[in-house]
Amino acid sequence: MASPHTPEATGAATAVTRHAPHSIQDVVIRLAGNSQDGIQTIGGFLARLAGRSDQDVMTYMTIPSTISGGPSIFQVRMGTGEILSAGDRTDMLVAFYQHSYDAHIASLRPGGVLVYDTDHVKPNPDDHRFTQVAVPITTGTVEAVGGAAKDKGKNMFVLGFLARVFDLDVAKLAGLIKERFGGKDEDIVRNAMLAFDAGYGWPQNNLRDLFYRFEAIDRATARTGRPQVTMDGNTALAYGLIAAGIRHGAGYPITPWSSIMEILRTELPKYGGTFVQCEDEIASISTALGFSYSGQLAITGSSGPGLSLKMEALGWAVMAEMPLIVINVQRGGPSTGMPTNVEQSDLMQAIYGSHGDSPRVVLAPRNVEDCFHIALEAARIARDYSTPVLILTDQGLSSRIEAFDEPDFAALMVNPAPDLSERPADFKPYPLDAITRHAPPGARIASGKFPTVTGLEHDELGHPTGSPKLHQQMTAKRREKLKTLAASLPLPEVTGDDAGDVLLVTWGSGWGPGREALTRVRQAGLTAGHLHLRHLNPLPNGLEPIFARYRRIVVAELNDEGLYGFGQLALLLRARFANPAIVSVCKTDGLTFKVSELVAGIGRHLESRTLDTAVGAATASALARPAPTAPSPTASS
Amino acid sequence: MSSSTLPVPTSPAPAAAASVPLTKKALTADHPTWCPGCGDFAVLAAFYRVLEKLNYPHEKIVTFAGIGCSSRFPYFVNTHGGHFIHGRALPFSAGISLGRDDLHVFVFGGDGDGFSIGGNHLVHTARKNVRLTYVIMDNFVYGLTKKQTSPTSPLGFKTKTDPTGAIDRPINPMRTLLNSGATFVARSHATQVNHMIEMMTRAARHDGFSVVEINSECVEFYPGAFDAANPRKGGTWTVIEEKKHDGTPEDAARHDVTDEVAAYRLALQPWPGCYGVFYENKQQPTKNALEAGLIARARERTKQASDLALLQATFARMR
Repeated sequence: MASPHTPEATGAATAVTRHAPHSIQDVVIRLAGNSQDGIQTIGGFLARLAGRSDQDVMTYMTIPSTISGGPSIFQVRMGTGEILSAGDRTDMLVAFYQHSYDAHIASLRPGGVLVYDTDHVKPNPDDHRFTQVAVPITTGTVEAVGGAAKDKGKNMFVLGFLARVFDLDVAKLAGLIKERFGGKDEDIVRNAMLAFDAGYGWPQNNLRDLFYRFEAIDRATARTGRPQVTMDGNTALAYGLIAAGIRHGAGYPITPWSSIMEILRTELPKYGGTFVQCEDEIASISTALGFSYSGQLAITGSSGPGLSLKMEALGWAVMAEMPLIVINVQRGGPSTGMPTNVEQSDLMQAIYGSHGDSPRVVLAPRNVEDCFHIALEAARIARDYSTPVLILTDQGLSSRIEAFDEPDFAALMVNPAPDLSERPADFKPYPLDAITRHAPPGARIASGKFPTVTGLEHDELGHPTGSPKLHQQMTAKRREKLKTLAASLPLPEVTGDDAGDVLLVTWGSGWGPGREALTRVRQAGLTAGHLHLRHLNPLPNGLEPIFARYRRIVVAELNDEGLYGFGQLALLLRARFANPAIVSVCKTDGLTFKVSELVAGIGRHLESRTLDTAVGAATASALARPAPTAPSPTASS
Repeated sequence: MSSSTLPVPTSPAPAAAASVPLTKKALTADHPTWCPGCGDFAVLAAFYRVLEKLNYPHEKIVTFAGIGCSSRFPYFVNTHGGHFIHGRALPFSAGISLGRDDLHVFVFGGDGDGFSIGGNHLVHTARKNVRLTYVIMDNFVYGLTKKQTSPTSPLGFKTKTDPTGAIDRPINPMRTLLNSGATFVARSHATQVNHMIEMMTRAARHDGFSVVEINSECVEFYPGAFDAANPRKGGTWTVIEEKKHDGTPEDAARHDVTDEVAAYRLALQPWPGCYGVFYENKQQPTKNALEAGLIARARERTKQASDLALLQATFARMR
């Protein structure tokens, strides 16, 4: 921010001469308070408003791993154009308490705006790096709501404040507030609107500058024309499963998976389905497999430790070739680890967990929208290939809110009815020369010989066998069907330069930061590409020639570099391609990648001694310097 | 298997076929692999008769099992079915039953599968009252793995894992089942074929979670375990006399199967106790019915909207 415009008095209704609003492309706002202050509600309103305004939005939140209370933040980045990450640094920090200020002032970029509650926060007056805006949030709320009101409603005051400062659509916001609180007491809506109006009026009366307006969206180039919807990743995944014709599931609560089962428990009965809460993780996957065996493709899911408990039954699903969807919302591990923080450290467990040679399909969505679509793809693969399919999402995706184009349901919806047609006399559930198709109970078998499904090695009819030859053949069959799948997978597109210094490879929630990092790296003068892997097992065919076109393949993932210096996907890729150019950028701080971390990681690898000297040292050191800040609110003013 | 272009088969066309009464011949599959003299043969023979009697459509019968000697059962019955992992046949079969209310689900297992590794599932399937029939072939020993202590092994029984005799108190199956909320609890003996047929038939007709525990001797590792209840071996075979509600004085002394406390009293009798139906509760709704009720009410609230309309309406609210 060019010059500070600290208001001269708080609460004074003196007329001020306002400057014209600054035009901005996007903004990163961090709201810091306690978990009972409703800051996530504000974040939700802002995100949904952005969605309804055809703006892009991404949020990021932390909740304390405590039963009640504790410091909490909600960060929202919204604006015009594609938003790929929640932002490395914040443009505006709203601090409700002294601890919010102390803990989060470091996230504010120099020149950013600090908004603080004068009733609770004493900022450092000599800190001139930021524009300090003193707002009587608590007093203002209590005055507005009146009577014996406590400070409940501070969040609505702040929402009003932000609505004025960023010139948000007040009518749409009021609509959202009424929708949200409409079912409750009328007083609640009234008080919320009183606090909102007080917050809205405050900058009007007290600020000269600090007014912003988002650049207009070019409708001609914007999106598909379908309306935007706004939701978090777990919600998108749950409804994706419903669109995929899944009507049955079973689970056991664990953070951050639980909200998927909560949604399905509420929603599935409307679609004639059932979701069972089981006594434990093992019962959950067992019940889901029972549903699948009965002809109704089912889902189960969990997070980290819960997935481990499901592993024996998952091995059965591989052996019995039973279709199943298993969701793992990854979190920090091992063991109970960091339940409310993100990690991508269950990849090996997802691909190799369980006993014996047990090939299965592993997919990972790249953003909230993809959570919806990957559910459809997982269900299609599970049905077509009679295999368990794991969806590896993560804590970051599960709770973050994004806006995306509403899917075309009419074209996507899958009919869930099981196939109970009579099977011919020569029916073999496990043919060696074709993909397994089960006959669910209720289906007549013309030969009168009913099939058995089993975790024992079996012949083509499903009968147990100890034949070494058959075991080898059946093991190969289970492997080959995944190779058949691999041959049908689309080759992932490379964004950026299709050959050159560096190829950045990401998976899961690394996609957005990876895209932004690519832009940054190319601006610094490198020839670089970005490749994102959605299909982790099997990998799509054709990666090897792509990798061969770059001097370094930098695989970025949220797990530890391990004993040999490679993250889990990097290790798999090195094993698969024996390519020494594959290197790792890893971290385990419980947060998603910042763009600057990816850029710095690439820089480190380009500077390393073992690297060919073709990459200019100047470029590498340019990358190693602190990243340029995100577009400033005043950048285009 | 070198090809990586496996063809994906298409579903065959449906064809009509008339239902025929089930016979032992139609129900027989692979020859049992149990040891000669194993009590499980008698349970299998009785089960064929049960299916003949019930005469369900053949393709709608499902038999499933966990791991153990008795859990090989589904291989020897020609119906849809299979063999799941150790101890988890109950939650698996609950999925079948809740997924497809038109099916008749039978689950088979032994004392290890049912009371040890699957103990938690037994409790929860019972309390949920999932509609299925569970037959536990209890032999008081781990046979498939060649004589280790089972959860029902009596105190002092010498096994490879308790060479000086079992020191952990055994599970009392009837007490455990009653305490878990099972709505049909019965006990039988593998030497009493007609009694087994009667118990399993009544269990299958019970609308809810029904369990029959059958003492089935392991001739290899625990011969003579159930002689105390076998008259041919000098034991006492005591059958529970059920109340007939005929107003006679002797009826007062008979067992009321709906009386849970009376069932506990029978369960606490010293070994070998008595055989028959301990408890039958027809009032408790099944989970199948409760879930169907949830669906019916949810469908009513949404005015029977199509799946497509429902999903579109949900997303419209998230705009």
